Amino acid sequence: MLQKRIVVCLDVRDGKTTKGIKFKGNIDIGDPVEMAAEYYRQGVDELVFYDITASSEKRSIMIDVVRRVAQTIFIPFCVGGGISSVEDMRAVLLAGAEKISINSAAVRNPGLIDGGARQFGNQCIVLGMDALADPSMPSGYRVVINGGRKATGLDVLAWAKEAESRGAGEIVLNSIDADGTREGYELTATRLISENVGIPVVASGGAGTPEHLASVLTEGKADAALIASMVHFGDYTVAGIKEYLHGRNIPVRL
Amino acid sequence: MIAVIDYDSGNLKSVETALAYLGADYFISSDPEKLIAADKLIFPGVGEAAQAMGVLKSKGLDKALSDFAATGKALFGICLGCQILFEHSQESDTPCLGLLPGMVKQFSSEMGLKIPHMGWNTLKHTAHPLFKGIPQGKSFYYVHSYYVEASHKEDVIGSSDYGIEFTGAVARGNVMATQFHPEKSGEWGLKLLKNFMELEV
Repeated sequence: MLQKRIVVCLDVRDGKTTKGIKFKGNIDIGDPVEMAAEYYRQGVDELVFYDITASSEKRSIMIDVVRRVAQTIFIPFCVGGGISSVEDMRAVLLAGAEKISINSAAVRNPGLIDGGARQFGNQCIVLGMDALADPSMPSGYRVVINGGRKATGLDVLAWAKEAESRGAGEIVLNSIDADGTREGYELTATRLISENVGIPVVASGGAGTPEHLASVLTEGKADAALIASMVHFGDYTVAGIKEYLHGRNIPVRL
Repeated sequence: MIAVIDYDSGNLKSVETALAYLGADYFISSDPEKLIAADKLIFPGVGEAAQAMGVLKSKGLDKALSDFAATGKALFGICLGCQILFEHSQESDTPCLGLLPGMVKQFSSEMGLKIPHMGWNTLKHTAHPLFKGIPQGKSFYYVHSYYVEASHKEDVIGSSDYGIEFTGAVARGNVMATQFHPEKSGEWGLKLLKNFMELEV
């Protein structure tokens, strides 16, 4: 039976894992390769690395991180952030990543989805989208870009369907409303997208307890749940979360 | 010495990294002569069937694979590499190598299943030496929209469930393959690759 995936997300800046803390900005919390190895030991199903390095001159640092991660863990991982061309995608894939995540760049240039899918296959192309509740949109959610700072004219559901038809193999739906609250995932939007596309949907934003993951993987109909702070600061372990989900009869890899 | 076929497949790097980690004695090549001289051959694959067959033919690697299989030495296909070992794929209606009897079919989206079948799925397997030391019901990582249907049920050595029971691993004499990616299936995937390295055919 296909199992629900637990995906741990690491933000990487200048080669270090970092985490945004309210009112304090970003603080470094560890070495991404060491952290990847630890989550691998704990039984994580997949990892996502977002490169939030500001300057493009430092892109090579991220490629080196990807290469070292690929030599250390033997599970799939995805890389996002700063990817705006098929050539950027190729560099990350050649370094050993399975998937590439594109978000704002795909809104600015939707052809990037088609181009990447044609070159590397649909399974490689993950569309990340940031959703903000907005009753004026047909689905009730608007796509925002640049980390939630800039609104677009796109409806979340329409954009998800368009991305699928252009060749995206997976959607990561990040709720800007829920992100950072640790009060639970946005279940309505997640379920809406998951029920209306034929590709897997990864829920992101708002995870604070194992119960939140259980809700989004059942009620929210997500295929996978993305977590970060929950495990980065030692409040929970991936293994512990999986034990909990297993106890709730949610199929997970133990 | 294990050879890995280089035909621009997406997972070549991952397979290489896993072999290096396991301390395998291996090389990567697209030269048919070198490949045929190897003791064992790994045939990775990610992508589209017709495109992959086109590349194989243009480099003479279709014949190299057939010739290698005929020697009786161990050949191991992964994912698209597994599918291409069969006779024919529904993907772009592509004639394949025919080293394993059977066809490659598409998962039906009518069952309400997401396609591609992407993620970890549990495997039931036989006592084939590839599974030595691997308990029943362990999970392996799959990414695919097509699955193989072997003509001979006895060739199926592992199966998983996705709406239907489908073939996860297959073997007919010296020709073996997995639909899942052992190089991305954590501890048990590495164990399977190690078993292939140590296999005596």
